[in-house]
Amino acid sequence: MVKEIERAGIPVVHICTVTPISLTVGANRIVPAVAIPHPLGNPKLSRGEEKTLRRKIVQTALKALSTEVSDQTIFEVD
Amino acid sequence: MKLELGYIPIHNIQFGDPSRVEDGVLYVNAEDIKTLIMKDERVASAEVELARPGESVRITPVKDVVEPRVKVDGPGGLFPGTVSRVKTVGSGKTHVLKGAAVVTTGRIVGFQEGIIDMSGPGAQYTPFSKTNNIVLILRPRDELEPHEHEVAVRMAGLKTAAYLGELARNLTPETIETFETLPLKEGMEQYKDLPRVGYVQMLQSQGLLHDTYVYGVDAKQILPTILYPTEVMDGAIISGNCVSACDKNPTYVHQNNPIVHDLFARHGKDFNFCAMIITNENVYLADKARSSDWTAKLCEFLSLDGVIVSEEGFGNPDTDLMMNARKITDKGIKIVLLTDEYAGQDGSSQSLADAHVSADAVVSGGNANQVITLPRMGKVIGSEAYVGTIAGGWDKNKQPDGTIMVELQAITGATSEVGFGYLSAR
Amino acid sequence: MNKIKVVHYINQFFAQIGGEEMAHVPPEWRDGPVGPGLALGAAFGEEAQIIGTVICGDSYFNENVEQALDTILEMVRQHQPDLLIAGPAFNAGRYGVACGTVAKAAQDKLGVKAVTGMYVENPGADMFAQDVYIISTRNSAAGMRDAVSRMVPLAKKLVKGETIGASAQEGYLPRGVRVNLFEKERGSKRAVDMLVKKLKDQPFETEYPMPNFDRVAPQPAVQNINQAKVALVTSGGIVPFGNPDRIESSNASRYGRYDIDGLMDLEEGKWATAHGGYDPSYANQDADRVLPVDVMRELEMEGKIGSLFHFTYSTVGNGTAVKSSKAFAEDFVKELIQENVQAVILTST
Repeated sequence: MVKEIERAGIPVVHICTVTPISLTVGANRIVPAVAIPHPLGNPKLSRGEEKTLRRKIVQTALKALSTEVSDQTIFEVD
Repeated sequence: MKLELGYIPIHNIQFGDPSRVEDGVLYVNAEDIKTLIMKDERVASAEVELARPGESVRITPVKDVVEPRVKVDGPGGLFPGTVSRVKTVGSGKTHVLKGAAVVTTGRIVGFQEGIIDMSGPGAQYTPFSKTNNIVLILRPRDELEPHEHEVAVRMAGLKTAAYLGELARNLTPETIETFETLPLKEGMEQYKDLPRVGYVQMLQSQGLLHDTYVYGVDAKQILPTILYPTEVMDGAIISGNCVSACDKNPTYVHQNNPIVHDLFARHGKDFNFCAMIITNENVYLADKARSSDWTAKLCEFLSLDGVIVSEEGFGNPDTDLMMNARKITDKGIKIVLLTDEYAGQDGSSQSLADAHVSADAVVSGGNANQVITLPRMGKVIGSEAYVGTIAGGWDKNKQPDGTIMVELQAITGATSEVGFGYLSAR
Repeated sequence: MNKIKVVHYINQFFAQIGGEEMAHVPPEWRDGPVGPGLALGAAFGEEAQIIGTVICGDSYFNENVEQALDTILEMVRQHQPDLLIAGPAFNAGRYGVACGTVAKAAQDKLGVKAVTGMYVENPGADMFAQDVYIISTRNSAAGMRDAVSRMVPLAKKLVKGETIGASAQEGYLPRGVRVNLFEKERGSKRAVDMLVKKLKDQPFETEYPMPNFDRVAPQPAVQNINQAKVALVTSGGIVPFGNPDRIESSNASRYGRYDIDGLMDLEEGKWATAHGGYDPSYANQDADRVLPVDVMRELEMEGKIGSLFHFTYSTVGNGTAVKSSKAFAEDFVKELIQENVQAVILTST
C-alpha cells in the first residue's frame, strides 16, 4: 500500500514494527514502532505514559514527512 | 544421547473397555478419558469420537494433534515440563502407537484453527487423514477467557495422548529405530571427514493467544539454544500457538519432526548431524535481531558447515527467516530454508513478506492461498460454524449444498514448513 | 472428436529458405507442415493436424513488427485454428521475440491457444514468459526432440481446457504465477537433498527464487505540515466493532473506509481489530494503539497539523496478497488526491 500511495504523488510515512519488511517492500520514510500487537502503544505503561509514547512516535512521523529524503530512511523515535 | 523408538502399529481404533491394544487395534474407553479430562475444572464437558482414514468425516475446528507415546526406559517422561516433571528427555526407550493420534476440537478459541477431512479432496492435503484419530470435543466453562480456554484444551490433548501411550508400555514393538547424537568432541572425532550439519528450528512465538513451549517454557522467553535432536521425540517441544492451521506445527509434528528424521537418515554417511538449535519469532524487532544473532553465533560456535532452517507461520516471521539466512550465511555456513508461500489465490502475488539474496536454496511447502472446494461430509466432529471465520475462510464460504470453499490455509498441516508433507509450488 | 487444427509459425531458417542472408523475407503461408512441423505433427499423431505454416524472416519481423504481425494474424485468422505453435526458437534472439509476439497476439487478439518454446536466456523468454506458455528448451536445435515432446502435451491440455500443472511438471518457463504441486519426496527430504548438493558445491535448484522488489522514488517533503491535511491508513485491521465490512482475518479481499470525523479517540467496544495475525487483545482494548486517532486529533487542535482527514482506510495485512493491498491503495488513493490530502501516515502491526 505504501508504495501505491507514494506512486500516486502523496508523501507517506510507514510506522511499523518490522522495519526490515518495510525496507524490503520499499517504503521511503519509515518510523519504527513498539511491537506488532501494539505498534503505537505499550500496555505495560500507564494510560498517560502510553499516550506520551504514542505522541512521540506520531511526531517523529510528522518530522519524517517534513524531511527531504533521497533514499529509504529510518527515522528513530527520540 | 541415544534413543530407541519402538513402533507399535495401530491399524484401527474402537471403543472398548478397558482401553488396550490388541492385534493392532487400539480400544479406547471413552469414560476413562472423560474422567481424566474433567479433572480439570476449566472443562465443562468433554466427549470422545473416533475418526478413521477413508471415512466421510470432517473434524473442525482442530486445535492440536498429538501422538500417543510412552517413555519405557531412560530419564524423564513424555512432555517434560507440562505433563511430566522437568527432566532432560531424549535417551533410553520410547514406545509409539504409530498410526494413532489425539485430535482436539470444540468451540473456537482463535482464528487459527483447522480442518481435517478423513476422505475426499481435502484429505490429500492433511497428514492426519491417514491416522486413526481419537477426537476430543471440549467445551470450556462459559466464563473462561480465551487464554485459559486454550490452556485447558491443550492440556486435555497432551494428557490423553500420555494416557493412551501408557497402553504401549509393556507391548513389544514391531519395529525399532535407533537415533544417536554424540557429544561435540566425540562426534568430531568419529566423523572427522564429514561436513558438520545442524538444524535450526524457528518456533512460533508471536503471542497469538499462546506460543510454542519448550520443556514448559514459553518459546517467546527463550534465547536460542541447543537440543539433542532426540529430545523432541519425547515431547520436549509442544504446540500451544495459534497461527494458520496449514503451517503451524502440531505437537504430533514436533514429536515426528521430519527434518530431524531425514537428517538422521543420512547422519554418518553424507554428513555429521551435530545438533538442533531452536530459536523464536517474536514481535519486537530487538528480539528478532537478538535471536538471529544468537542463532548465527551458535551455528558458528558448533563449527557447522551446513544448516537447514525451518520457519513456522508467515508474515513478519519471514523477516526472522531472512535475518537468520543472512547472518548464518555471513558466518560462511551453507543454508537451506524451508517455508511456505502466500502468493494470493491466483498465485501471482509476492510469496513472502521479506527476501534476501542469501536465501538461494529454498524448499516450499506450497501456496497456502490456493482455494479448494470441500464437499459435504457425512459427519462433522466439532462444528462447521467457524469455517467462515478461521484463517483461510471467508464470510459465506459455505454453499447452500453444503460444500465449503477455503484456502489451503485452513487445512491442518497442508503447507508444513518442516516439510512433513509433499506439497510444493513453482 | 474433430482433430485439433494447428498453425505453426517458424522463421526462414527452419523453413530452409536460408540463413541470415534470407532473414528479410516477408510472411508467407504454406499449407501443411514445414521443417520442424513434421516432428510436431508426428508427436500429435491422430489428435491434431498441422493445417498450415506461417514463415517469416527474423529481420523482416523485427524491423516491421506491426506490419508483419498484421499480415501473420490475418493468415492465422483465415484458417481458424484451435492452436498456434511458434518455434521452438531455442536461443535465437530475434526468432524468440517473434515467436513470443506472434503467440501472445494469437491468444490475445484471436483467442487462439498458443505455445512456444525457447532457451531460458533467449530475450524473448524474459519478454513473454508471463504472457504465454514457453516450453524451456536447450540452447540449440539439437534439443528439438526434447522440446517437441513437451510442447505437444502442454498444447493438447491447453486446447482441451485441462488443468495445467506447475512449471516444473509441464516444463514451461515460470510465469510469475505460483502453482501448487505434489512432489515425490516430502519437503524435509528435499531440503536435506538440497543441502547435501550445496555442501558438495553441486548445482541445485531452489523451489522459490527470491523476487526483485520494485522501488518508488520518494516524494518531496511536506512543506508546512502544520497546514497540511493528513490521512491515517492502516494494515492493522482496525474496524468499527462488529467488523461491518466483514474484512477477512487473513488474506483480506477488501478494505474498509471509516468516518472518524469529530472522533477524539477510538473507544473500547466501538473499535476493534479484524486482524488474525497478532494477539488482538491490546488493539481491542484501545485501537489507538494501532491507529492513533487520539494523538492526531490533539495535534490537529494544537495546530501541529492542518487537519486530520475525516476518512480512514483500513485493511488486514495478514497473509494478504501484495496484489490485493496494491489494488486497495490504488483505489482509495484516488479519493485522497481528490480531497487534497497532502500526507499519509500508514501504520502496520
